[in-house]
Amino acid sequence: MIWVGVLATSLGCYLQKLTGMAVPQRFLDSPRVRTVVAFIPIALLAALTAVQTFGHGQGLRLDARAAGLGFAFVALRLRAPFVVVVIGAAVVAALLRLGGVG
Amino acid sequence: MLTWEQTRRAVVGRALGVGLAVGTYGISFGALATTSGLSVAQTASLSVLTFTGGSQFAFVGVIGAGGSAFAGTLTALLLGARNTLYALRMAPVLQVQGPRRLLAAHLVIDESTAMAIGQDTEEASRLAFWATGLSVFVFWNIATLVGALGATALGDPKKFGLDAAVGAAFLALLWPRLKDRSAWVIGLVAAAVAVALTPLLSPGIPVLVAGVVAVAVAMRLPAPAEPAEPAEPATP
Repeated sequence: MIWVGVLATSLGCYLQKLTGMAVPQRFLDSPRVRTVVAFIPIALLAALTAVQTFGHGQGLRLDARAAGLGFAFVALRLRAPFVVVVIGAAVVAALLRLGGVG
Repeated sequence: MLTWEQTRRAVVGRALGVGLAVGTYGISFGALATTSGLSVAQTASLSVLTFTGGSQFAFVGVIGAGGSAFAGTLTALLLGARNTLYALRMAPVLQVQGPRRLLAAHLVIDESTAMAIGQDTEEASRLAFWATGLSVFVFWNIATLVGALGATALGDPKKFGLDAAVGAAFLALLWPRLKDRSAWVIGLVAAAVAVALTPLLSPGIPVLVAGVVAVAVAMRLPAPAEPAEPAEPATP
């Protein structure tokens, strides 16, 4: 099933790009559409952040991942590069688990 | 006034820098995708064929959380909708037809669009688009493979905190978009909706519902500072 998803995602994402290339400018380019399209990534990425951090299957769980996200938040405020944010969050969570937390 | 040769060098140099910077995301993507249950081949295929980082992260995020491939694809497509507007914006600048248009479409991503928009002349914009698109494509795919093979070799992902890295990666992708109050409101509402619905719906669906709710809220808020424009790409 994952392969079907991989191929469907690839085809769909390509068609989204090609559509923009092929249709006349006046289609789709209204302020309303631009606003909605700008907000969608914000909503989805925020939702994914929350679910990845607190979700556990079909339940919720507060564990070492939350501490990792806390580190990421501080690191991003300090303008740390992507790789520092991601690896730092992993290290924080791993250390907590090593200490028997989460 | 810069000569064309100077402009060309500056643009190509910056394109390589953006490619290298994106490579660090690629390593994370490769590692997190295999951690989420994709094979190395599936992970590499996503980077070659889908080639739009946010959607790829979203797909593997939903799969990793136990969601269906269908929910993963829907989330990825919602996130990829902005590429249509980027392509709409790039089409008059690129002026491509036939096979070149098919290739150009594949390279429409945040980084190539941002670099093209940042130039003073159309000629420089075209060069910036192609140079950035191709540079990111090469680095992104090599990095994905390195990350996927590396994470597979590491073994148990939880021991290394890689599950915590997924949330951190999403927050880092979100960060440059949190430019104003409206963006923060949308983000917090979406996060709250997704968490609240997690115990009630199948994995993957809460994120989709959060996206729909955000669209409804977006209708009532002022437009974001820079609508549908990619965040300026990071350079090392």
